Amino acid sequence: MTMANEVMASGHAEASFYEQGRSSGIFAWIFSTDHKRIGILYLTSILSFFAVGVLVGLLMKLELIAPGKTIMEPQMYNAAFTLHGVIMIFLFIIPGIPAAFGNFLLPLMIGAKDVAFPRLNLLSWWLYMAGAILAVLSLFTGGGPADTGWTFYAPYSIRSAGNISLTVFAAFVLGFSSILTGLNFVTTIHRLRAPGMSWFRMPLFPWALYATGWIQIIVTPIIGITLLLVIFERAFGIGIFDPAKGGDPILYQHLFWIYSHPAVYIMILPAMGVVTEIIPTFARKTIFGYKAIALSSLAIASVGSLVWGHHMYVSGQSYLADWVFSLLTFLVAIPSAIKVFNWLATLYKGSIWLETPLLYTLSFIFLFSIGGLTGLMNAAVAIDVHIHDTSFIVGHFHYVMFGGTGFGFFAALHYWFPKMFGRMYNRMVSKVAWLLMFIGFNVLYFPMMIMGWQGMPRRYYDYLPEFHTGQLISTIGSWILTAGLILLAVNLIRALTKGEKAEANPWGGVTLEWKVPSPPPLENFEEIPQIDHGAYEFKGEMAK
Amino acid sequence: MSRAIGLIAEKHRDYTGAKIGMWLFLFTELLLFGGMFLLYAVYRVKYAQGFHYAATELNTFIGTLNTLILLTSSLTMVLSIAAIQRGDKKVAVLFLVLTILLGMFFLVNKYFEWSAKIHHGLYPNSPTLDTLQQGEVLFYGLYFTMTGLHGLHVAIGVTILIVMLTRILKQPYKSVSLETSQFQDSDTAQMALYDRGGNKLWQSEWIDDTVERVTVTFKYLPLKEKFHREDFTALENTGLYWHLVDVIWIFLFPLFYLIT
Repeated sequence: MTMANEVMASGHAEASFYEQGRSSGIFAWIFSTDHKRIGILYLTSILSFFAVGVLVGLLMKLELIAPGKTIMEPQMYNAAFTLHGVIMIFLFIIPGIPAAFGNFLLPLMIGAKDVAFPRLNLLSWWLYMAGAILAVLSLFTGGGPADTGWTFYAPYSIRSAGNISLTVFAAFVLGFSSILTGLNFVTTIHRLRAPGMSWFRMPLFPWALYATGWIQIIVTPIIGITLLLVIFERAFGIGIFDPAKGGDPILYQHLFWIYSHPAVYIMILPAMGVVTEIIPTFARKTIFGYKAIALSSLAIASVGSLVWGHHMYVSGQSYLADWVFSLLTFLVAIPSAIKVFNWLATLYKGSIWLETPLLYTLSFIFLFSIGGLTGLMNAAVAIDVHIHDTSFIVGHFHYVMFGGTGFGFFAALHYWFPKMFGRMYNRMVSKVAWLLMFIGFNVLYFPMMIMGWQGMPRRYYDYLPEFHTGQLISTIGSWILTAGLILLAVNLIRALTKGEKAEANPWGGVTLEWKVPSPPPLENFEEIPQIDHGAYEFKGEMAK
Repeated sequence: MSRAIGLIAEKHRDYTGAKIGMWLFLFTELLLFGGMFLLYAVYRVKYAQGFHYAATELNTFIGTLNTLILLTSSLTMVLSIAAIQRGDKKVAVLFLVLTILLGMFFLVNKYFEWSAKIHHGLYPNSPTLDTLQQGEVLFYGLYFTMTGLHGLHVAIGVTILIVMLTRILKQPYKSVSLETSQFQDSDTAQMALYDRGGNKLWQSEWIDDTVERVTVTFKYLPLKEKFHREDFTALENTGLYWHLVDVIWIFLFPLFYLIT
């Protein structure tokens, strides 16, 4: 039956959502409530900000190529790492996969025509853009760019002359956008699954989005109120985080990390969902341990909400708190490892087709494992005292967030690109770009961990001569990585107009999005599909 | 023809979904205030003495009055929803207006209360407040932040209530679409409109099996018995929001005014 569907789908010369509806002019995009258009709006805006974030990161690494001043002043450097952090965290990684790919694919994958609240969805994008614009404005108004780091730690964020209030307000607005997306997805998954699609017949990317949605709903309000309090503190001097008035800055750190640690699971869970979609397709095999993967997402979401204190071992919280948070942090490793082992078990004895999406996926598993294991080192109290606030943390974080979520994002981009745009990119070039990125990534971030272990502090503008070699290698890595990114971008942008037409199902995937034409029609499905089996059944598909 | 065409009322929107969405949103609101209650709890323990002195300064009379006002407004809100479910538009509008007025009354009281405090020099960063002990400084910091954000929520609630009121006043008509999709091979049909004098005003094409769907839309003044509970999800959701604002106040009131 599925085969017949596919033949029909690819044979159709049906109009896609690009042609249907009010299709001309920018207003057809920025006022569209179609989840696919909103997904592409997000994708475009997110990638634009990512490019800016990369540029700022590149400049920081260039500054660090030699001891002393190279291209910028120390104050500028402080502003640069704050800007890099704010852009990458709030404008790229957090919304990245859920808002861009989640929007485009969630309704398609669960057999729905749209998300539960299409207008709210559009509002989310508008809030995202508003937040982004405020963040940009904050650079050029008031006392100049924020220089606190993306963590906005009190009391410095209360005293700094930089334009903290506006930057923080931008993050607040972005948080609101994130909450609305999460709320929308959770409701969508509860209400709009196709008939017959029980919870355990749902593909695992929607499962990951479901867990992510819950974290967004539960923890984002906390950062909302925390950031508002920083603004009130600066505007009215309410004293809550100000030690001079009896306030406690450690409480700021608690509230900040109550959100910002679970936020890393908002970032990584969708990437894990992407990986879980790609592996069965390119191993031609049902996913191993479906339920374990689905439930481990929820386990990560719930345990991950209780580990924030591991950021504060040296901030002055009690030893008991250190001990409890350390234990809980170790526990998160269990559901994470469950996922990794299930992915490997799926690959085992599969008929593996080594295409670009799978290359990114495999590097995700490799880099995420390094990031995850170094994460356990950070979680151990005794070791953390040694490496706290060193570039080891920066290296670890980038292995998880860029090596994990970033590579997951690019895996998703290469996997669903033909579905979203109806064109195929040059696969050879995309593999070369992947290789450059993979090499560049490791050359850039691995030395950071070594130097951090040896005592190189994070966020420092200058360093001792013994770190020169490491910093130099790391900077060279940043160039290789950027070369890979540029090649990737050129390849995909070229494919938008010049790529060959993509079929409905170029990879032989079995989830619902591959059963509709590429790009999908406005209403997604001519008829809402009836689901009578699990999400990853390749039997019968192999004959093709 | 009448055999072939089954008229099916157009499907309702997903009201359960709307409710789920609203509850999730309320949940985020609770957590937003939860962050502040957490801060309150920590500082109350740390500065019990200062909190005690500062709390005696608050005007318990206005606090109690405002509690009564908000509780009553929750009652009128529920009565309004109950009335509209019975199809009693007049009563529904009356209670909605009452709710709005009570909400505004609350804000006016709050205004006078705040003005009095500010008049006495008790506001964040004021010279008077800075001479007091740290517990009192934090008490007023929290007091203004929490009642201020709560007041903002009341104001937003009142705005939403006004929007709902105009929506209910403006839309006496309800429209329902009837559809058919049960054509068989040999069935054909034609639609025509006649005026009171029996003259044909308009006539449609022949409807045969090439037609997938025929839609007839009625617009009519709803009668009591035509109301559906689900049609008022928007008002019910507004009510939920209003009750949340009320519940938060019920915690704020004893924490700031009563515990001394």
